[in-house]
Amino acid sequence: MTATEQTTTGPGTSERTASGHAPAAAGAATAGTSPAAGAAELSGAARAAARALGDDALVLAQRLGEWAGDAPVLEEDVALTNIALDLLGQARTLLSMTGDEDELAYLREEHEFHNVQLVEQPNGDFAVTIARQLYFSVYQELLYAALAARGGELAPLAAKAVKEVAYHRDHAEQWTLRLGDGTEESHRRMQQALDGLWRHTGELFAPLDGLGVDLPALHEEWRERVAAVVERATLTLPQGPDRTPWAAGAGRQGVHTESFGRLLAEMQYLHRAHPGASW
Amino acid sequence: MTEQAGEPAESATGGQWPLWEVFVRSRRGLSHSHAGSLHAPDAQMALRNARDLYTRRAEGVSIWVVPSAAVTASSPDEKDPFFEPAGDKAYRHPTFYEIPEGVKHL
Amino acid sequence: MTTTAEPGAAPAQAGPDQDALDALLAEFDAAVAADSRIEPRDWMPDAYRATLVRQMAQHAHSEIIGMQPEANWITRAPSLRRKAILMAKVQDEAGHGLYLYSATETLGVSRDDLLDKLHAGRQRYSSIFNYPTLTWADVGAIGWLVDGAAITNQVPLCRCSYGPYARAMVRICKEESFHQRQGYELLLALSRGTAAQHAMAQDAVNRWWWPSLMMFGPPDDASAHSAQSMAWKIKRHSNDELRQRFVDICVPQAEVLGLTLPDPDLRWNEERGAHDYGVIDWSEFQEVLRGNGPCNEQRLERRRTAHDNGTWVRDAAAAYAAKHRKAQA
Repeated sequence: MTATEQTTTGPGTSERTASGHAPAAAGAATAGTSPAAGAAELSGAARAAARALGDDALVLAQRLGEWAGDAPVLEEDVALTNIALDLLGQARTLLSMTGDEDELAYLREEHEFHNVQLVEQPNGDFAVTIARQLYFSVYQELLYAALAARGGELAPLAAKAVKEVAYHRDHAEQWTLRLGDGTEESHRRMQQALDGLWRHTGELFAPLDGLGVDLPALHEEWRERVAAVVERATLTLPQGPDRTPWAAGAGRQGVHTESFGRLLAEMQYLHRAHPGASW
Repeated sequence: MTEQAGEPAESATGGQWPLWEVFVRSRRGLSHSHAGSLHAPDAQMALRNARDLYTRRAEGVSIWVVPSAAVTASSPDEKDPFFEPAGDKAYRHPTFYEIPEGVKHL
Repeated sequence: MTTTAEPGAAPAQAGPDQDALDALLAEFDAAVAADSRIEPRDWMPDAYRATLVRQMAQHAHSEIIGMQPEANWITRAPSLRRKAILMAKVQDEAGHGLYLYSATETLGVSRDDLLDKLHAGRQRYSSIFNYPTLTWADVGAIGWLVDGAAITNQVPLCRCSYGPYARAMVRICKEESFHQRQGYELLLALSRGTAAQHAMAQDAVNRWWWPSLMMFGPPDDASAHSAQSMAWKIKRHSNDELRQRFVDICVPQAEVLGLTLPDPDLRWNEERGAHDYGVIDWSEFQEVLRGNGPCNEQRLERRRTAHDNGTWVRDAAAAYAAKHRKAQA
């Protein structure tokens, strides 16, 4: 038989356990262990930086969670949830290194979240979700690789997460190719999505104190990688400004877009309605 | 039942994605075995969908995907002329032969 | 290697004369009687095939419609741990739907056909999913009671006479036990939590208990398909047997939970060695089945919308595949 014989690309699933996604039949049990068990609690600037990365992962997981049941095809429901679970696992590890994960997720207000604005952008149609995934996963892959190489408290997390994120990037690439080079309609939608989110990409590379990674230095590499995919997909890399001109700041400074308040309202309401309760 | 191998018989048109058979190697040293099937527009996506669907509890280290239409099956009802003749050739099996007690390593 | 028949590849059944047909039927009956498995390319009576398609399609549809009431709480889960668990659970349901659609496709029907029939209201899904999830505790009640009832129903299906269905069920049952346990644990946390949490849990159990009992289907004497399905070993136990088993399992579990089951007639019957329980309101069951449940329209509409919104995406991937196959050739 002329099988499409290939070994799995991307990370082996056996390496995916520590992000809260369970091996064997132990879903509930693994999700229950403290994700940061054994991980060092951070302090000062490193702590703020880790928390910002945790916020990125948490907010994007929350957005992807909104897709559950509504994906274009059942297989894609499974794929998007896998990505969301990886991100939620990263978020739990990172937040737990800087405090109590649930207090941080459920009891902070908008301005106390330091995620980039890109991840809080609404899902839109499937093209918008894929464009957001492409921009963010290429960034996250570069970032985690640098963090893993650098050593330090975040290196173990980064070494594991970089494999997860490589798969997210691959997923986004595959879909970018298919939407860009699919039908006229999908091409138009994908180009619109890339253009629409472009102004939130510059912020990804603003310096982040305490991280120990030169983020601005990753910008060019990111642009090249994204451009390569976009071109293969017969699309055009957006040319407009990649950040908003508003001087008040952006996500990393705790300034967010309007829809973020609603995202938090939904995420936090139940937890806040029962102060002190455990779940 | 001899389908053309290679190109999926139902090509991915009109939004209908062809069916793929998924084979998973659960760990090194074992052969791939049939896990189930799924729909995908092409081989690349079939592989990824298979990874997400059939190995999300760490059930595999390697995956094959094959267009279902490329599978050639032995006979429609999976019995009689193909397999029955092998049934009476007991001499192919080691238990057919009687060896005196005490003979070792045989 | 057991091959899976591709849609449409089921052996043609027209042709054989009556004698040949009788011989095939005898062979089929003998295989079923001997607890052997029927495989996709085997000859099977049309009615057996039709029963399987109806039941497996309904089962698959139930898995994907069943994602909705629980996905309703993913974005509002009250802790990150619970959010991860719930996401993984809803994802499993998508996976189970996939396993079951694949198994159904071995009978020569395509998933697209099945989805079209679901969307047109011509095939059913389990009525239980036409009830709303009003509070967080409903997620727990679904796990404990609805998944519990489903497992009671499904474990015997692992020995169902149709091979692909039985194999899908083995995989599904393995994964389902996590679903039931997480639901029970969730309710336990609420029951032992604050007064408001306890009340939330009790309210959920009050609303889900009776619909869960209805999941086993009408009483044996009123069940349209039961007898033939039992003979074919598609079904292994009667509706009432399984319902009784479920009630007997739940009573002690409810005690540990510290919650009551909303049935004043529920009590141990020493003579029968089983619990007696109250009369089920089958008129409600029939109404929900007829489409008049609290969420029937909403569930189908959501499903149709998701499918319609995905059309351009599926088309794009198909177009891309066609282009690149041509380019390679």
